[in-house]
Amino acid sequence: MAVYEQSYKRYTGAETPRSLRFLVIPRYAYERLSGSKIWWVLLAASGLTTLVFAVLVYLRQNAKALAVFGITASDFAKALPIGGGFFAVFLGIQFSIGFLVVLLAGPTLISMDLANGALPLYLARPINRLEYVVGKFMVLGAALSLLTWVFGLGLFSLQATLESGWLFEHLDLGAAIFVGSWVWIVVMSTLTLALSALIRWPLAVRGVLLSIFLLLPAFGKAIHEGMGERWGLLLNPGEVFATMVRQLFGLPLTQGPPIAGVWALLAGVFVLSVIILARRLRAYEVVS
Amino acid sequence: MNEPAPSSTGGASPPVVELEGLEVRFGALRALANVSARLTGRAIGLLGPNGAGKTTLLHTLLGFYRPAAGTARVLGLDVRRQNKEVRSLLGYMPERDALIAGMSGVRFVRLMAELSGLPPEQALERAHEALFYVGLGEARYRPMESYSLGMKQLAKLAQALVHGPRLLLLDEPTAGLDPPARERMLRLIREIRDSGEVGLILSSHLLRDVDECCDEVLVLKEGEVAAHTDLAEERRTNRRFLEVEIRGGDGTFPDAVRDLGCELAMAAPTRLKAVLPEGIGVADMYRLASEHGVQLRRVSFRRDSLEDIFLEAMNGGAPEAEPTAPDRVDRADRSREGDHGGL
Repeated sequence: MAVYEQSYKRYTGAETPRSLRFLVIPRYAYERLSGSKIWWVLLAASGLTTLVFAVLVYLRQNAKALAVFGITASDFAKALPIGGGFFAVFLGIQFSIGFLVVLLAGPTLISMDLANGALPLYLARPINRLEYVVGKFMVLGAALSLLTWVFGLGLFSLQATLESGWLFEHLDLGAAIFVGSWVWIVVMSTLTLALSALIRWPLAVRGVLLSIFLLLPAFGKAIHEGMGERWGLLLNPGEVFATMVRQLFGLPLTQGPPIAGVWALLAGVFVLSVIILARRLRAYEVVS
Repeated sequence: MNEPAPSSTGGASPPVVELEGLEVRFGALRALANVSARLTGRAIGLLGPNGAGKTTLLHTLLGFYRPAAGTARVLGLDVRRQNKEVRSLLGYMPERDALIAGMSGVRFVRLMAELSGLPPEQALERAHEALFYVGLGEARYRPMESYSLGMKQLAKLAQALVHGPRLLLLDEPTAGLDPPARERMLRLIREIRDSGEVGLILSSHLLRDVDECCDEVLVLKEGEVAAHTDLAEERRTNRRFLEVEIRGGDGTFPDAVRDLGCELAMAAPTRLKAVLPEGIGVADMYRLASEHGVQLRRVSFRRDSLEDIFLEAMNGGAPEAEPTAPDRVDRADRSREGDHGGL
């Protein structure tokens, strides 16, 4: 179909593998995300946080550098043990930055396709609904992975490199970084995609997400303090994720919501989100 | 992707669409009921009033809806069991607005090409070509949100054909277009049809769109087949009917027309109605007029056959004319079985 000929010709060239075509969806979304200045600011903030934690790890192993500040290595090690607490704080900060990435990139992923009638265009091609959702999930999944477990395992590797013998005693911390990050990524991403499919208006999706993370905790606190019920803290997503992370890192669980409730809630949110996606993502709605 | 395009002449090739007792339900509502047809044309029209089931049929072929009963095959492939294979052969232009926000026309069409399996470089090249082909070459870098309705329709057509499908499904392609844009769209569809590279199914409630573009038509009413006609054959039949208005000459022209073998009726001394036999065409009429010094002021074919078929189907009776193609047996069978329901 040469331009100068202005006539229709069938395409007869090579084709990409059918099973990998859904990867086109996240690739186009990344290209779009990379055009956002806010994304680069958030990525820089996340990278800077990682750098600060890396400096702390380095200083803990470098008595000469600490001496410049008049601090002894033992005092520093006592004040800053590199263990579960250290990495839990790191992940907590990264989750907060990641939440802003979710607010930036998540709400438009499906809602804009539904609002503009684009879903039939995807599904009229050799792409099924699951591949479409996985493609959209990968947009958030990859961005949030970079901020959480990739940077986290980078820190973990640095510490393992600087302190011989530390790695084999603390392999469980590496696993906790990876698993905790993925639990957070999966729940946040599916919840955001489900809200995006349900509400179809990105601004409203952002509003709902902010309400869940900023207003619900206030109700939870009222229940917790007024009725003395720890279950009320389940309405605080920040507490829920923090409790999940604390358990994975083997830290004491005295203040937060009941751990069984935390895992049940996380599983429930995931399942509910998947159900919403399954019901809402159809090429055309059918009114029975 | 290299198989020949659908053709009514291909003996061994499967029919473009084959429906056997197809039923699609939305809850208690039967959107398609016992639809059986074997569509073999190069350009197939789906005709019917709003709510007749045209779009539902297209969506079922695309695998959007699951048949409650019966089967549907596209180019020999079962739409239920070989859904991805079917969709890889199709290009679909939806009726409603469909675009991806925040993209230029060329980026949108390129994305659609890549989703259909074209490598990125080829997808970009084909996207440019497809947009030039439909007439959006100059606007291809503009955001799609800034496109007019006509431009959006053309962009939808470009994305439907960018990957070189074997069969194009066009759902109300002229909906909402002003007359010039509509003419442009129909011209494009005819060009695509005449290229012989791709078959097409055109769903419309506009008789003229189907009449101008299609050689076979399936008329639906309330989810059932109301008529199924080989339009090309109908046209061949109707081509024999000519109305001619003449001036001048020595009065021997009508006799000369009769001598050609035409049946002739004269509404007035200057107005003839002729039924042309096989092998006699308009050119012969012009030649004869020239030989007898007659001016032909007006020559017209009767082109109202589709309207006749449609109106009769809508009014509940099958067209009176005998089926002219084997596929019309479907309608005859249904008549014998008394399966017309409310028709």
